[in-house]
Amino acid sequence: MASATDAHHGHDAHHDHKPGFVQRWLFSTNHKDIGTLYIIFSLVAAVVGVFLSFLMRLELQQPGMQIFADGQMWNAYVSAHGLIMVFFVIMPALIGGFGNWFVPIMIGAPDMAFPRLNNISFWLLVPAFILLTASLFVGGGPGAGWTIYPPLSGRTGEVLYQTGPAMDMALFALHLAGASSILGAANFITTIFNMRAPGMTLHKMPLFVWSMLVTAFLLLLAVPVLGGAITMLITDRNFGTAFFDPAGGGDPVLFQHLFWFFGHPEVYIMILPAFGIISHVVATFSRKPVFGYLGMAYAMVAIGVVGFVVWAHHMYTSGIDVDTRAYFMAATMIIAVPTGIKIFSWIATMWGGSIELKTPMLFAIGFIFLFTVGGVTGVVLANASITQVLHNTYYVVAHFHYVLSLGAVFGIYAGIYYWIGKMSGRQYPEFWGKVHFWLTFVGVNMTFFPMHFLGTQGMPRRYPDYPDAMWGWNFVSSVGSYIAIASFVVFFYVMWLTFRKGEKAAANPWGAGATTLEWRVPSPPPFHTFDELPRIR
Amino acid sequence: MARLFARLGAALLGTLGGLAALPALAQQRGGVVGAPEPWATGWQPSGGPIMDRIAAFNGLVFWIIVGITLFVLALLLWVVWRYRASVNPNPSRTSHNTTLEIVWTVIPVLILFVIAVPSFQLVYYQDRAREPAMTINVEGRQWYWHYRFPDHGGFAFDSYPLAENELRPGQFRNLEVDNQLVIPVGQDIRVLTTGVDVIHSFFVPSLGVQRYTIPGRTLETWMRADRPGTYYGQCNQICGVNHWFMPIVVRAVPQADFEAWVAQARQRFAQGLPPLPVEQAVAAARGETATASLRQ
Repeated sequence: MASATDAHHGHDAHHDHKPGFVQRWLFSTNHKDIGTLYIIFSLVAAVVGVFLSFLMRLELQQPGMQIFADGQMWNAYVSAHGLIMVFFVIMPALIGGFGNWFVPIMIGAPDMAFPRLNNISFWLLVPAFILLTASLFVGGGPGAGWTIYPPLSGRTGEVLYQTGPAMDMALFALHLAGASSILGAANFITTIFNMRAPGMTLHKMPLFVWSMLVTAFLLLLAVPVLGGAITMLITDRNFGTAFFDPAGGGDPVLFQHLFWFFGHPEVYIMILPAFGIISHVVATFSRKPVFGYLGMAYAMVAIGVVGFVVWAHHMYTSGIDVDTRAYFMAATMIIAVPTGIKIFSWIATMWGGSIELKTPMLFAIGFIFLFTVGGVTGVVLANASITQVLHNTYYVVAHFHYVLSLGAVFGIYAGIYYWIGKMSGRQYPEFWGKVHFWLTFVGVNMTFFPMHFLGTQGMPRRYPDYPDAMWGWNFVSSVGSYIAIASFVVFFYVMWLTFRKGEKAAANPWGAGATTLEWRVPSPPPFHTFDELPRIR
Repeated sequence: MARLFARLGAALLGTLGGLAALPALAQQRGGVVGAPEPWATGWQPSGGPIMDRIAAFNGLVFWIIVGITLFVLALLLWVVWRYRASVNPNPSRTSHNTTLEIVWTVIPVLILFVIAVPSFQLVYYQDRAREPAMTINVEGRQWYWHYRFPDHGGFAFDSYPLAENELRPGQFRNLEVDNQLVIPVGQDIRVLTTGVDVIHSFFVPSLGVQRYTIPGRTLETWMRADRPGTYYGQCNQICGVNHWFMPIVVRAVPQADFEAWVAQARQRFAQGLPPLPVEQAVAAARGETATASLRQ
């Protein structure tokens, strides 16, 4: 194949030969182009998801119902916000976006193993997102929370609680997004296991590739369980089955088990790629190799494995047996150990380094601290004893926004600033990048930290209105969210500046600290990254 | 912007007013008021042993997590300051230190042990009452609560939220109900929850109790109020359009008052009527005995 290409195109090997627009972007089989599509898709979905959260914070800014018609509309928007952020913002950006862009380059592969499969993985997401967003405008919307627990999302006997097709549209959207994830995961696993360049052994792979490998396995094992659960939900709703309907001998708690058997690995699916990015950024801007490489890699494997046996810590108040609760408490707390290893290894990587506080590094350091905050509140919530009064409160909302909205999203921003020069060929403006960081940092902390207080005071989640005593911290939180949203606008301004006026990026703009293969190829890399496969010694 | 500040000012003033009103409320409501407080950063006031123990245990965990967070923050700040490129242009190449890696694996494990041991004790303590004095059946329904007293002749009643225009001065918006759940002070009460439509969650923070109410299942938990008072809660599992408006009010009263309330509640249940508020029931009972002694 290679020799035939050489013979045919021998004379223009140095030209960057790109196909036409439709061929390149709609029928794309190039991992870099598909990665770009994923990132653009994620940003579009992020605008929608952030807009929904803006409406939510507007409503919660003061007691009483102001802008939402009723609780159903509120529930639908809350559910859509969660599902969009999880399935259409964080996962596409981290896995489809950065994963597609950099996994093949980092392991010295010419492309992903199955380029056409890669293409359909992306194009399945688009109708999924349209279905979910459209469901908000159909009937009362899918108002059962992102956890879609039946009977609220299904039926008991003859009673259907989410009437009309909105809920079915949302479920079908999840099916499509899930199929997209499974296909993508198979593609990543095949690529990483079979297409590494000569000399690129598993223990020489960059940590971002390790993180994607673990993530792909989690996806492959977890998402089909969600697929099964929502298929049963769809047949319960539409075809007279009673998997989750006690009136027909079914069990609502079964759905919770199935959902969280997917749902808990899902949170690691969202955070592990960010772990990988942070390792690269910290090493690059400390000009030091990652501290404890093997420990870092196997900590992620451990998190992935243990992540599959802790799911019922989301169900402490669902009536599971006390011995079961005790087991899930113990298993959950164990996850703090590999996570701690990662936190301390990042700090040890910086220790003795030569640290430059460029924007990606600011986001990485912000990530380490804020993920620690989210992590320790996770240890609190692991205790079924305390969670008896914190379950489903704003304390939980604060916790998972600290690890996702501040953790995974900071990982995405760190990745964008780190690699934008590589991907686009133009470097971002440093000053505006830093403005973006500080505005985001202040905004999100002001939004989410007061939620800990609301949670200990017993404010339940998914409430459009609350007792008047909870006004104060809700007001602070809303003001914080407006700052965070302003920072999101600043981010788009930074991107505009980058593409409009950004300096041309060198092959390696970061200097001696950036050692992975993507910094050996030009910025942007040619359509076919490698003329010949690199050798790793 | 000016409107924003005006609102913030109003919020602050309202808060101060609310704080001043709390002691008065406590008297009006017969003791502790387990309700959210403006600008509070901790738990609601505890009403019984479960919440006491949760708060005590959380006190331990809280200082551990604050310590860890400050430790990580201090390390980060120190590293960023000490090893900034301008003072440390030549980075070290150290990338392994087995001792250090063992230390930061083992110490977290030890810390987790410190947390886990009391946590296990507490979770078994919370699980169920060993010798409950009585049982209450709690049923979550769209969108009100249904309580039943199987040990007291099986009388039952519904507890609906009070809309804003039905509130008396001093009552909390979104938290008050027409018929409160009355329990005796100082007694272990077994709570059996079940559901009929969708899942709800029976959640009273100040008593440290929460269980889902799941259709087709009966879950057991327990609660005890050692201090007389009024304890507020809210439905805590998304259950449809009025999820945010199905509050819970538990009223803990001395045993004698409880018995008076139960006696009239049973009578009125037989007539198809909801129970009287506890004050009225007690007053009525005293009035009857007073009349009875006058006759003699």
